[in-house]
Amino acid sequence: MSSTFDTVANIISETCDIEREKITPESHAIDDLGIDSLDFLDIAFAIDKAFGIKLPLEQWTQEVNDGKASTEQYFVLKNLTARIDELIAAKSAPA
Amino acid sequence: MRLEYFLLIDRIAELRLDERTIRADATVPDTSTIFEGHFPGYPLMPGVLLIETMNQASGWLLIALTKFTRMPFFAAVKEAKLRSFVTPGQKLSVSASIKHEGSGYAMTSAEIRHDGKVVCNADLTFRMVEFPSPDFRASMEKVAAEIQFPMEALGHG
Repeated sequence: MSSTFDTVANIISETCDIEREKITPESHAIDDLGIDSLDFLDIAFAIDKAFGIKLPLEQWTQEVNDGKASTEQYFVLKNLTARIDELIAAKSAPA
Repeated sequence: MRLEYFLLIDRIAELRLDERTIRADATVPDTSTIFEGHFPGYPLMPGVLLIETMNQASGWLLIALTKFTRMPFFAAVKEAKLRSFVTPGQKLSVSASIKHEGSGYAMTSAEIRHDGKVVCNADLTFRMVEFPSPDFRASMEKVAAEIQFPMEALGHG
């Protein structure tokens, strides 16, 4: 798996005191790992800092609340990792 | 401070949008029913109210940075340190700076000084949401006017 996943998994492990071995690309941050929205703010902060991005949590939450997206799209870790990679790529793309 | 109304900031002394900092004045009242219980014959400003004072300074900074489009709600406090007793009548200087502006949340670092000495500090987290109603926002604008929030500065941020 990508180093992005490893970084995210380590952040989750350290932030939420979850054993690293229990965190897999298939893990759902909320349903499987039991991370609540407040803990996820700390994770988002660490991810933002680690990758120099800004996870669009407001947009994601709105999409889920409006039924336009599922939580799996953003909170299953392999999907979250893919979103992070997209944000990193967008950041480094020429304007 | 108007403890009975939970208004802990008296006046915004300085708002720097470019540096993302704020400084506010707050004077602990000489008398309050709170001091009758905390503690009898030995009045001390409760630590939770000092943390709330830092929250309110941080909150006004975040309201300024989002140009009154978002309301910060206190979500978490970390590394809170109550370094000295704060007593009735003391004049406090409250300052806050942005640690991180996320999407839908923000984190600040804040401290309170008395006579130049840090009496407490903390790292604070806020959820940033739209104002629940126009009336809510209007009530905040009213408080802003009372504490000399520099509304005119928002147009130049």
